[in-house]
Amino acid sequence: MTHRRPFFITFLAPAVVTAVILAAALFEVLQYSVREFVPGSLNVGGFTLENFTRINRPIYWWVLLDTFYISLLTALFSLLLSYPVAFALVRARRDWVRSLLVSLSITPLFTGEIVRTFSWMLMLGSDGFINSMLRKLSLIEMPLQIMYTRLGVVVALVQFSMPVMIILLATAISHVDRDCEKAAANLGASPGAVFWRITLPLTLPGILSGIVVVFAWTMSAFSTPQLIGGGKVLMISNLVYLQGFSVLNLPFAATLSLIALIAALGSLVLMKSLTGRLEKRLAVR
Amino acid sequence: MTFASLRSFGFWSLVVAILTYMTLPTLVVLMTSVNPTEILAFPPEGVSFAWYEKALTYPDFRRAFTNGLIVTSLASTLAVVVGSAFAWLIHRYEFRGRGVLEAVLWSPLIIPHFTLGFGFLLLGGAFKLQQGYVMIVLAHMVLVMPFVTRAVYVSLATIDPNLARAAANLGASPFHVLTRIELPLVLPGMAGGWLIAAVLSLTEFTASLYVTGSRTQTLPVAMYNYIREYADPTVSAVSAMLIITTTLIMFIADRAFGLRRVLAIDTH
Repeated sequence: MTHRRPFFITFLAPAVVTAVILAAALFEVLQYSVREFVPGSLNVGGFTLENFTRINRPIYWWVLLDTFYISLLTALFSLLLSYPVAFALVRARRDWVRSLLVSLSITPLFTGEIVRTFSWMLMLGSDGFINSMLRKLSLIEMPLQIMYTRLGVVVALVQFSMPVMIILLATAISHVDRDCEKAAANLGASPGAVFWRITLPLTLPGILSGIVVVFAWTMSAFSTPQLIGGGKVLMISNLVYLQGFSVLNLPFAATLSLIALIAALGSLVLMKSLTGRLEKRLAVR
Repeated sequence: MTFASLRSFGFWSLVVAILTYMTLPTLVVLMTSVNPTEILAFPPEGVSFAWYEKALTYPDFRRAFTNGLIVTSLASTLAVVVGSAFAWLIHRYEFRGRGVLEAVLWSPLIIPHFTLGFGFLLLGGAFKLQQGYVMIVLAHMVLVMPFVTRAVYVSLATIDPNLARAAANLGASPFHVLTRIELPLVLPGMAGGWLIAAVLSLTEFTASLYVTGSRTQTLPVAMYNYIREYADPTVSAVSAMLIITTTLIMFIADRAFGLRRVLAIDTH
């Protein structure tokens, strides 16, 4: 065996060890989610399913719904704003324009969520950039309340998610066969018609995966709702932190983070089946 | 102006407006970091490096920066070693259980960071290692490894398989093929993956908030704790330094190893 497969065991072992550690960490979450909470103690009691039945209260349902709603809004606005940039990035004729667009749209990905959240606090605060500018232009007298609102959270989250959305859309747009567009144009389709009837439908798989990936990512956003929402906007992540670090109810925090994980996985499974079906239909044509 | 050029003008104005929305927050951070007054003022009322001085001398940030360097260098190096081996493995071999192994090791791309961080916190508690470097490094390594694996896998896929076959036919041992042919060819992918891993680990926040303690906190966690208590531009200065550092690293990665290829973005 080792003769036919050189380095198999040597290269497999570290990967397996890493996978076991990761699985153990996830198993701990699962394990805690079915344990009894002992108030005032970090130790947990025996087996119980009470944490899961506890979810079934209006307040938690609202947080879950709000998380879904914010993530959906973010995904949709991210798509609307990213498509033109991705299109320009792929179709720009000059090399330097393409490079500039790639750097401008990708670098925000690597500054980290704390820096990006903090920069949006500077933008949105009542003495922040947007309010100062609007006041200087005498467009408003009282500062607009954007911090601590759902709007503020979505505005920041959309900007965070755009690099990923742009990468996915640019890949999809670059795979569009230009001959299809040329054929349509030769047959008399206007540029608008070519875009809406040829280019856009051909990039649907990319659009769909972009929406779902951003949706799943946004559902696990933490620092933005924590700092820009400031306790007024609660997403699952904030509830997990609250339960884990303020109430010190580790079992319930584990249950909530398990639900967030299931929701993220569920949306990706949904995407797989949707894009699979879509690609089949496109292939048949 | 013809209708077509008008439409093209409209399209490019839209693109510029969207890019402004994407980059303006970064510019505002850079602007406030050199603003002499504590109150944010637009445009700034002068240029001063007082906040940089405060940021560089603030004990929490200094310690957090050192912690971050330790964690990042260990975690991204481990991720490169294990991730490259794993990429080579799945590039080369089919084996039983490969699907499960892949599912587990790619999963950090999907699993919320707070779930993972919480898991490593609980795991640390089980082994009396909570808030220690071991758990922080492991958590970071697991989080950044998919990016390294992908980078190395992409460069492995571009190698002509005939090269290894030719070498083997000429009598090279598997070890020779690996170290003399494959390793040099994937080295740029590994280096690019390492840089991406380092940047992601250096700026990782959510999982770190769970697995670090006050002694072991990394820079983003220290920044978060500072923001919650004070409202002065010291954090702007730290952010500006982080932005400049990460942009430089990514620039180097792009120039030296072709970032677009490492991230597998194709524009053509």
